[in-house]
Amino acid sequence: MTTLLQHPGYEEGRLQKVAELLPCREVQAGMLLSLMGEPQQYSYPSIFIYGHRASGKSHVMHVLLKELELPHATVSCVECVSVVLLFEHVLRSFFGSDAASLLPCSPSLSDFVRVYRQQCSQSPAKETRYIVMEKAELLRDTDANVLPALLRLQELVEDNVTVILLSEIVWDKFRPNTGCFEPLVLNFPDYSKGELQQILSRDRHPSYSAEFYSSYINILLGVFYSVCRDLRELRHLAALNFSKFCEPVEEGKVKETDTHKLWRNIEPHLKKAMQTVYLREVSSLQWEQMQQMEEKETGILRGLSAHTHVELPYYSKFLLIAAYLASYNPARTDKRFFLKHHGKIRKTNFLKKNEKTSNHLLGPKPFPLDRLLAIFYSVVDSRVAPTASIFSQISSLVTLQLLAQVSHDDQLDAPKYKCAVSMDFICAISRTVNFDIVKYLYDFL
Amino acid sequence: MLAEKSKPQPITADDGVNAGSRHPRLSLVPAKLESRQWAHHGFPQVQKVLRERFCHQQLPEEPEGVEAQHKHLLELLKRTAIHGESNSLLIVGPRGAGKTMLLKCVLRDLLQDKEVQKNLLQVHLNGLLQTDDRIALKEITRQLHLENAVGDKVFGSFAENLAFLLEALKKGDRSSSRPVLFVLDEFDLFAHHKNQTLLYNLFDVSQSAQTPIAVVGVTCRLDVLELLEKRVKSRFSHRQIHLLSSLTVTQYLRLVGTQLSLPDEFPDAKFAQEWNSSIETLCADKSVEEVLQRHFNASKDFRSMHMLLMLCLSRVSVAKPVIQPADLQEASRLCLADAKANMLHGLSILELCLIIAMKHLNDVYEGEPFNLQMVHNEFKKFLQRKSNSMYNFNQPVVRKAFEHLQQLELIRPVEGSSAKTQSEYQLMRLMLDHSQIMEALQKYPQCPTDVKQWAMSAFG
Ligand SMILES: Nc1ncnc2c1ncn2[C@@H]1O[C@H](COP(=O)(O)OP(=O)(O)OP(=O)(O)O)[C@@H](O)[C@H]1O
Ligand SMILES: Nc1ncnc2c1ncn2[C@@H]1O[C@H](COP(=O)(O)OP(=O)(O)O)[C@@H](O)[C@H]1O
Ligand SMILES: [Mg+2]
Ligand SMILES: [Mg+2]
Repeated sequence: MTTLLQHPGYEEGRLQKVAELLPCREVQAGMLLSLMGEPQQYSYPSIFIYGHRASGKSHVMHVLLKELELPHATVSCVECVSVVLLFEHVLRSFFGSDAASLLPCSPSLSDFVRVYRQQCSQSPAKETRYIVMEKAELLRDTDANVLPALLRLQELVEDNVTVILLSEIVWDKFRPNTGCFEPLVLNFPDYSKGELQQILSRDRHPSYSAEFYSSYINILLGVFYSVCRDLRELRHLAALNFSKFCEPVEEGKVKETDTHKLWRNIEPHLKKAMQTVYLREVSSLQWEQMQQMEEKETGILRGLSAHTHVELPYYSKFLLIAAYLASYNPARTDKRFFLKHHGKIRKTNFLKKNEKTSNHLLGPKPFPLDRLLAIFYSVVDSRVAPTASIFSQISSLVTLQLLAQVSHDDQLDAPKYKCAVSMDFICAISRTVNFDIVKYLYDFL
Repeated sequence: MLAEKSKPQPITADDGVNAGSRHPRLSLVPAKLESRQWAHHGFPQVQKVLRERFCHQQLPEEPEGVEAQHKHLLELLKRTAIHGESNSLLIVGPRGAGKTMLLKCVLRDLLQDKEVQKNLLQVHLNGLLQTDDRIALKEITRQLHLENAVGDKVFGSFAENLAFLLEALKKGDRSSSRPVLFVLDEFDLFAHHKNQTLLYNLFDVSQSAQTPIAVVGVTCRLDVLELLEKRVKSRFSHRQIHLLSSLTVTQYLRLVGTQLSLPDEFPDAKFAQEWNSSIETLCADKSVEEVLQRHFNASKDFRSMHMLLMLCLSRVSVAKPVIQPADLQEASRLCLADAKANMLHGLSILELCLIIAMKHLNDVYEGEPFNLQMVHNEFKKFLQRKSNSMYNFNQPVVRKAFEHLQQLELIRPVEGSSAKTQSEYQLMRLMLDHSQIMEALQKYPQCPTDVKQWAMSAFG
């Protein structure tokens, strides 16, 4: 804390406020402040801050610039789909909206710098101006000159301006071939488990004790910390599941202090949440609704969680099965699987020397249409619909992206396909038509 | 190139040449600090003076170790500015070596001459800003204040337009032409413009005797001439000024001292004296020497030195108005930090396990690319050998972890593999080497022993 409070040029009361708003980031904020120096002094032309998602990069910058009332423009590279928006935003933030209107339509970087210099000569910086670029890695996808120009903007516009780039990608992956002005690179380290506990515990519900909420966070971290350290995501999960955690207490079944019972109650619930909410398979709203429904009928979760609820026509299912087999079995084994009255042949008969990995690790291989049809006719036992409808079903499988058409420009007449569904998916489909697909897969012989 | 004789030259706080460096007055020092004598003037001032040097690239009174180049360039530009001869030349040197600084210093000295000041016109272009010749021409027109003269005239060609501009400069009270200096920073980028029209025309004018112009290109590409088309190259004078540092360690060490020292004009003479002697002590320190030696081996340009010193300066506070060896060590640690190791430190245990699985795949298949399925399979093999199931994550959770690694660009899709491939079969490469992974593992907070052992084992 003390490091944050001793910065000449800034009001102590404001620094106090900053320190309060930035738990577990005092060191980084202090470091930034000492690099920034007193407002009217120059700061380094460009600073690159990297760190994991939700390590507080944006938060720290926002709090510092806002609470200390420093002139700044914060630009999200996601929102600025074109550089024009970037130019306008910066000019508007520093010089007012009139300045932004001085840009010609479809302005170049040259226009931006010209207008900036012109404005800046009318209202020179009394304090360092800051431009914060969020998700700076996206700058690599814009015109090649934008990133290097921003890095040395101070030199180009001759103003007391500092550009701060925030990213979760390391600086080495930004550097252009012919080099550029090297920014000062700072790292925001990830929060430790203890720090996450400390930050998350601050969100406690006013009607419950701090200890109670803190023990909840402890359990939550116990479940999620091994897969997710993203503060934002954890905070979201914490908010979503807290009411469930409180339930036994509300109902008077368990005391607030009986951590073990509370843990037994919430843990399976959190694990379920990991399969669904964490993976964004269901929205938070759906999750809450599901929780309510669960009270009445259990087991509804299974149906919702996978995408097995795609309803396909009967033959399409077989087509998909055939496509899966064609994708994962070597063509030379087709006879063994699909010819009636074949003798019993062991896997060793097919083994080739260099086949060390299973096809399920390498992914689906493309196959021609006639192979698909051959397998299809042999797996469908009953009489088959006319071929024309088969073709239209194939194309609708392609539209549903269950089949992928692999186009070879030189072979327009002979299209090839790949099956694009997972093992779990095809097993589920097979079950609905009583087909034991595993028996037909070379990898599982 | 550093001349032995040049002795530490203090640099003035405010040389007033660079228009951009004009600076508002310092605000009042917080009242509560006034009791402390040394902090009263000294501290904010030392920050101000040194920040202008390290952050604002303020021009030095006299650039260090480039006397020959300075003299050469000044001569050449004088010939255009005073004698009306045309010329073209390139300043070539690595990044941060001082090319722009040299040119600015020479211009500052050149403009001491009243006659030159009145006559010489300057056009400053930058390859980063004027990305095509149309934009460049507009900028030239503007910098020569000829927008009105041009009006809405339409020109048949670039050459015609440029000729008109140069012609327009002649008119007015003077019968002869005014010399024009064209500076093209990031010169190599202009070579990418369509047909190199701007370069061709500028060099062409510099060869004919019509208007005295000097074309000065500034670039960090040593192979810049190879970028020029034949007809452009043949019009270039082939004069080059190279800024290749031949600094020795001793000179480098001495330079660090000079760069950290306060000038004689420093408002608080007593503070300056104390500061400068503390810097001397600092530079004599053995550990400091080691740190600087390490930096010198990596890069000896001014800019990276300035960055290091800026980091030191940021550790100077009212409470501690000196730089100590520990500050330099800390600054150096920051400069040399391995960014990837920092990122690996923050991965979840699942993500770390996937990296280990990839490492094993790399070992077994000798660096062949892998996909998610293979990695997951490798990970499962590890889990099967364990009794407890604390890492039993299902496929989607594993996939999310895998995708996160891709987002962090720790793994990267193999070029040319089609976008149509399902994500779990997309072939990937690991962008980390063996030692980085092992080091990360050592530093990883509370890394489970079995995971460590798995990583260490020869085969997955
Ligand atoms: N010989 C020198 N003496 C004193 N200071 C120097 C010297 N050379 C470079 N510097 C300082 O180093 C910094 C970098 O120099 P400069 O901007 O001129 O580099 P550059 O060669 O133009 O780099 P780039 O290719 O990236 O444009 C400046 O702050 C400059 O003042
Ligand atoms: N130290 C902290 N104290 C309180 N909240 C924090 C802290 N660090 C991050 N947050 C919160 O976490 C979320 C993500 O932080 P953010 O700064 O956007 O991360 P980043 O920009 O590094 O991805 C924000 O809602 C922010 O308010
Ligand atoms: Mg952010
Ligand atoms: Mg330069």
